[in-house]
Amino acid sequence: MTAAVFGLIILIGAIGFVVGRSRAAGQSTAQGKLHSLPHYHGWWAFLLAVVPAILFLLVWDVGSSVYADRTMLAQVEAHSGEDQSASPTLAGSLTRSLATAFSRLDSATLDGLPATATELKPVLAQHGMNLADNVQDYMIPIAKEASARAKSLYLAGAVVALIASLGGVFIGLSQVSLRARARNRVERLLRYALLGASTIAIMTTVGIVLSMLFQTITFFSQVSPVGFFFGTVWDPRFAAAGSGGSTGQFGLIPLLAGTLYIALVALLVAVPIGLMAAVYMAEYAKPHVRSIVKPALELLAGIPTIVYGIFALITLGPWLRDLSAALTGGSPFIQAQSIFTAGLVMGIMLIPVVSSLSDDIITAVPKAMRDGSLGLGATRSETIKKVVLPAALPGIVGAVLLTASRAIGETMIVVLAAGVAANLTINPFEAMTTITVKIVNQLTGDLEFNSPQTLVAFALGMTLFVVTLVMNIAALYIVRKYREQYE
Amino acid sequence: MTDIASSGTLIDAKAPPRRDIGLKRRYAAERRFRIYGILAVSVGLVFLAVMLFSIISQGYTAFSQTAVTLPITFDPAVIDPKNERESDPTKLQTANYPALAQKALAEKLGFAANDRAATRQLRGFLSDTSRVQLRDIVMADPSVIGTTRDVEILTSANIDSAFKGQIDLDVPEANRKVSDQQVGWMRKLSEEGALATRFNTGLFTNGASSRPESAGMGVAIVGSFYMMLIVLLVALPVGVAASIYLEEFAPKTKFTDLIEVNINNLAAVPSIVFGLLGLAVFVNFFGLPRSASVVGGLVLTLMTLPTIIIATRAALVAVPPSIRSAALGLGASRMQMVFHHVLPLAMPGILTGTIIGLARALGETAPLLLIGMVAFVADIPSTPLDPATALPVQIYMWANEAERAFVERLSGAIIILLIFLMAMNLTAIILRRKFERRW
Repeated sequence: MTAAVFGLIILIGAIGFVVGRSRAAGQSTAQGKLHSLPHYHGWWAFLLAVVPAILFLLVWDVGSSVYADRTMLAQVEAHSGEDQSASPTLAGSLTRSLATAFSRLDSATLDGLPATATELKPVLAQHGMNLADNVQDYMIPIAKEASARAKSLYLAGAVVALIASLGGVFIGLSQVSLRARARNRVERLLRYALLGASTIAIMTTVGIVLSMLFQTITFFSQVSPVGFFFGTVWDPRFAAAGSGGSTGQFGLIPLLAGTLYIALVALLVAVPIGLMAAVYMAEYAKPHVRSIVKPALELLAGIPTIVYGIFALITLGPWLRDLSAALTGGSPFIQAQSIFTAGLVMGIMLIPVVSSLSDDIITAVPKAMRDGSLGLGATRSETIKKVVLPAALPGIVGAVLLTASRAIGETMIVVLAAGVAANLTINPFEAMTTITVKIVNQLTGDLEFNSPQTLVAFALGMTLFVVTLVMNIAALYIVRKYREQYE
Repeated sequence: MTDIASSGTLIDAKAPPRRDIGLKRRYAAERRFRIYGILAVSVGLVFLAVMLFSIISQGYTAFSQTAVTLPITFDPAVIDPKNERESDPTKLQTANYPALAQKALAEKLGFAANDRAATRQLRGFLSDTSRVQLRDIVMADPSVIGTTRDVEILTSANIDSAFKGQIDLDVPEANRKVSDQQVGWMRKLSEEGALATRFNTGLFTNGASSRPESAGMGVAIVGSFYMMLIVLLVALPVGVAASIYLEEFAPKTKFTDLIEVNINNLAAVPSIVFGLLGLAVFVNFFGLPRSASVVGGLVLTLMTLPTIIIATRAALVAVPPSIRSAALGLGASRMQMVFHHVLPLAMPGILTGTIIGLARALGETAPLLLIGMVAFVADIPSTPLDPATALPVQIYMWANEAERAFVERLSGAIIILLIFLMAMNLTAIILRRKFERRW
């Protein structure tokens, strides 16, 4: 249905394009030169036909569904005084889904709908749909009315959109003339479209912040922020549907500690190795070695993190456990899922990140500084240690910050290799869990959007977002400042 | 000079003693430093090699599967004992098809079908997929009932592992999943040529299954394909449009600065945050279906956009200003200059960036977990609105399965994923080599 309306509008536009172009071309041969090429006149007619109509359709669709929903909810609320079986929100959503189900029925079935829920059930089942158990009889006429209202609103919108489209084509075609500046008009519209596309980055950020902010605020209305930020116990309990009463303990500290611990281990692996690799590649490696080794290291960066996680889970973790068991000759002191395993694998994953970022920074150090140091008799390693690296230090700090933000936000490796128990421990061979693991844990399976068990994931996500945002902005600022220094 | 001085024996005595400036020590430090560098690079490469070796050695066997060819007699007494199929066609759906396969196997091995202990062993020998397989044969052509036909039936996952040599048969019988009797049958059938491995097409076409031998990643491949299509169709045009505006038209204002900071920052936002965004906005607010590939595609689009924008802007900057001046000088408008001249010249760079962005999106798992793509989906999705999974998510789900045979499957799936990624990256490299221009 929607597709048909869209198709019709596009078709009208296409006809407008063809007619407009040929009209403009005809004028040009008869009475001199056109201001714009014929196809711009065609495009103008097309845009006038399509853009306003589709914009209207989008606005109408959103507006009318909000209006219809409000009206329906008001009706449900008027009845909900007598209904004790469900809260007003639940009754509203039940009626809403009932209305959706009715909109799929043909009009003949819709006219003969039974008035009670028990009779309705077999009718819906015939059409392959389920009826929720706690649907009440009073919801049926409301839902029926709502679905009829939605249908008529939709039809009205479609008719208006088609008229707008035809009107647009008419105006566009009537404007075709020798002096008409069709190209300028089309290009101005195109420019607005380009501007619109570039604001998507801002809208994404705003979307991220807003979506998490709202859920986080709801979460903090149920759980105190102090308990969340300073609590040392993580025990969310289960999210029972509709209950919302049993709240567990949501202490961030064990998760934050695990996140930082694992990131620290990862950085201890990645930074020295990545930095040394970058130094070697930038200062020592011969071009043909570099042309082979650099893509190979980049390959390491291109492997999805899930593959690292699987490797840690089924190969490295058990191997380290068995190795530690063999070393002590008895019980293993490294658990199969541990901070060490997760950090090690994550560190390996981050080596190419560190090395490619620092490679750029090291090669950006001016050659004159190197030459000066070498000319004074320093060896190459002395030049690197005493001249190149100090000069590159701000940039390298930025690179390490960016890497740390990657390590904190990394999910799949820790989900598979770090464990799910929220411990507070300093032994790196035990399991600990992270913020990202808990976000995944809380959001897989059935969701109830108003229970704290689900909402806590958004509070965790907000924390993660803010921490990484600060690190990224600091890193980008440092790197940018550094670049300016030598440009 | 020094050569002459040091070689002369007379002057030798007068030569001042050489000042020890620690050259030896410094050269040693130089050599050590160099070795550290080589070590650092090799740690990365060795790990890459070990990881690839471990995955390939565990996964290559997933591409073959053990099957046994049996002459199945479609016995009406088993399929339809009360002869009701004329009146009630659903009887054919629910008939005891595995019994047919077990009977055929018992006959082939030469013992009576009423041997209870042996029948139990038989049940563990063949895969339960024979039910669907034989049912489909009968449903397609009910006239086969009463005839005999050779059918290739999968063995169970345990027999499959044993036949491929993955189960240590020296372990005492009680501690392994295949019995001595089953091993004996396996060897006998193999010698007769009835039992053999064949290419595992089910791995590519089947949906989710709780039995490893019939689990495949067909749903995941189709789901991933839909998502890549959505990313390509949405992220490429929007990303290119945004970059054109920022690079060619945008005035230097606070607003464009804000956009730039935003793009750079979005490129570094943890991917799981995009999953939260998708869950809150697309699923909860707009009411799009959970587990559908359209939601996954949109989330991955938002994630890929910064990558594409950054690559496109670099490609646009690389087009020399002389091209722009020439186009403008010949009377082209700025739009014409961009779309007729600059954009085509920047296209190889844009495509390379897009492919690299797509490859990243293809391997992304975490955001998809949050929007419910961890689902048991048995049927291949026919539209992007149907429930689906994705390749990396399928791997994650198999990693959570208890049965050992899933490890083989998931390693096989990783091999496929890596082949896809490798092909994409290779295309990007070839594109860059072939069309790259230096002005």
